[in-house]
Amino acid sequence: MKKVLAIVLAMLLVLSAAAMAETVKIGVYEPASGDSGAGGKQEMLGMQYANKETPTVEIGGTTYDVELVYADNGSSTDKAPSAAQQLVSAGVSVVLGSYGSGVSIAGSQYFADANIPAIGVTCTNPQVTAGNDHYFRICFLDPFQGTVLANYAAKELGAKTAYCLGELGNDYDQGLLTYFKQAFESLGGTAIVESFPTNTADFTSYLTNAAAYSADVFFCPVSIAYSTQIVQQAASQGATFPILGSDTLDSNVVAEAAKGTNVAVIITTFYQEGASPAFDEGFKAWLNEDSEAMTNNGGNDMISAVSAMGYDAYYTALEALKAAGSTDSAAVKAVLPSVTLTGVSGAIAFDETGDAIRDAAFIKKINNETGDWEFVTEQTVE
Amino acid sequence: MWNTVFPYILSGISVGGQYALIAIGYTMVYGILRLINFAHGDVFMVAGIIMVYMAASGVPLWLCIPLVLVLTALIGFVIERVAYKPLRTAPRMSAMISAIGVSYTLQNLVLYITGGLNQIYPTIPWISDSVTIFGATTKMVTVITPFLTIILVVALVLLINHTKIGMAMRAVSRDFETSQLMGIKINSVISMTFVIGTFLAGVASILYFTNYTTVIQTSGAMPGLKAFVAAVFGGIGSIPGAVVGAFIIGIAENIIKGLDIILFKAGILSGPVGLATFSDAFTFALLIIILAVKPTGLFGEKITDKV
Repeated sequence: MKKVLAIVLAMLLVLSAAAMAETVKIGVYEPASGDSGAGGKQEMLGMQYANKETPTVEIGGTTYDVELVYADNGSSTDKAPSAAQQLVSAGVSVVLGSYGSGVSIAGSQYFADANIPAIGVTCTNPQVTAGNDHYFRICFLDPFQGTVLANYAAKELGAKTAYCLGELGNDYDQGLLTYFKQAFESLGGTAIVESFPTNTADFTSYLTNAAAYSADVFFCPVSIAYSTQIVQQAASQGATFPILGSDTLDSNVVAEAAKGTNVAVIITTFYQEGASPAFDEGFKAWLNEDSEAMTNNGGNDMISAVSAMGYDAYYTALEALKAAGSTDSAAVKAVLPSVTLTGVSGAIAFDETGDAIRDAAFIKKINNETGDWEFVTEQTVE
Repeated sequence: MWNTVFPYILSGISVGGQYALIAIGYTMVYGILRLINFAHGDVFMVAGIIMVYMAASGVPLWLCIPLVLVLTALIGFVIERVAYKPLRTAPRMSAMISAIGVSYTLQNLVLYITGGLNQIYPTIPWISDSVTIFGATTKMVTVITPFLTIILVVALVLLINHTKIGMAMRAVSRDFETSQLMGIKINSVISMTFVIGTFLAGVASILYFTNYTTVIQTSGAMPGLKAFVAAVFGGIGSIPGAVVGAFIIGIAENIIKGLDIILFKAGILSGPVGLATFSDAFTFALLIIILAVKPTGLFGEKITDKV
């Protein structure tokens, strides 16, 4: 009996090994829980849709099944290392993510040690790719985003005083606040910067501060969980200043929070619905037939920019795998700098630090009546 | 000057009232069992989650509110029976560790159910409306909270001082074993304590989440911790102490958030110095100072050494 069992198990092992040989693993290093859980899930949706659309890739003449390996970094830098190690031990060829620059930086070293390249999807802090050769990214950077927002605030909104609020110890928030302040002050404005501790829910006093400083604009590049609170509390306080946000606010959850209020919310983002009709249509159809995907998208079929970016990241990874002609992570890393692609969010190519060469950001605002994002303009900075 | 300070005091009183309702749960359980119920903040969060799911499933709001309160009280009852009662004769530390276990179980259960996504709390009519008082615009709930808190506390004090169950509670908190010998059914008294404590946490959750409308699995952590600090500050075991402590902490932390601008308007500061950053640090520094100076808290019972 034992012998039979042993033989069966051994055969199973062989069989699974044979099946494994045809699979290439792509690590998905994203937050599925925590403050950025909602954003991370939407970014993953883009990858999952792309994976459903193109489940195989041809590497060196063999067709491989692409398997997405998930690791939840919990939106927190202390959980990030174990998530990164999980991907490393799963033997992934390339990593996608993360939503949130802080966790990307926290996981970076583990990928570097294992010689696995990582493609940042929407982590915009310069520190992610600076000084290393394994981290790449397909989105624009915070100095650019901060400058775009400061220009918009000063020139289009005519703001003189900006109240800026970010989370303490969050690399993404604090980075953007610094770049915004620099750019806004060089344009002749005054920027007041304050920070709140993690897990804050009561923003009424910060909103009162902004009103007391007679701020013309309230800049808060914070996580979705905080921004919905800020928008709703601004509405109940009857705030008159517009809320200016970064790419993190580009979520239907935030639009939902602003629906039926008088709060103006203006943000910069990576993708505007309608830029690629084929993608929009396919993605929406998929959301509507998959109820779990629909829930993860916040219960409706609005397309978040991060989903489009996740989609592009997946195809960038496939291009790199094809070019490398091998599933070996070192080979993928070697060819990544020269990978180019025309994605739904625009042309993707990397510069010498591994950042995407991009010079345009979309500006969107919320329509308070319908709760939809509306396109305002496409802003470039020279 | 008044116009500058008033909005912060208003926020402080409101959040203080909510902390007070949670703090009563900590302080009552401590008074009777000498147990710090670390799961209390999470019961508060679970009450919020129940409300979100119940409203989403189509139950009318007027029915949701009493149902949430009853269910929350039931959860408190069950937690006590499952996690604390079997440990009644065990060392006190075991029950406390069990409480930490319950806390993490609840958080992870909610993480599993919600998938880690933040849930938007349903809008309860009337108390969600905006009102303007003395030039500060806020939600109705902010104004109602302190009054409701005081009414509930007065009712609770009456219950403790003038009813049979209240007398039993006082007896149990004074001397556990003797009251058992006198024929008091300890288990039902303790269950009643948990039911009252979690019921008040349920009320607090309705008030709190109407103001701060996002619920995630960690939403109970900060309010729970602050309420615990308030209970220790006021003297753990004392109900009026917990209420006074909660209001002081709520007001103080909101004043700190606005201290920059208040001092700036008063002409003491020439520009912002970033004091708002220290609002939480202040709360915990206060806890350390109180413990160092007056270990039993503001209204704490005097410790009499038994010979």
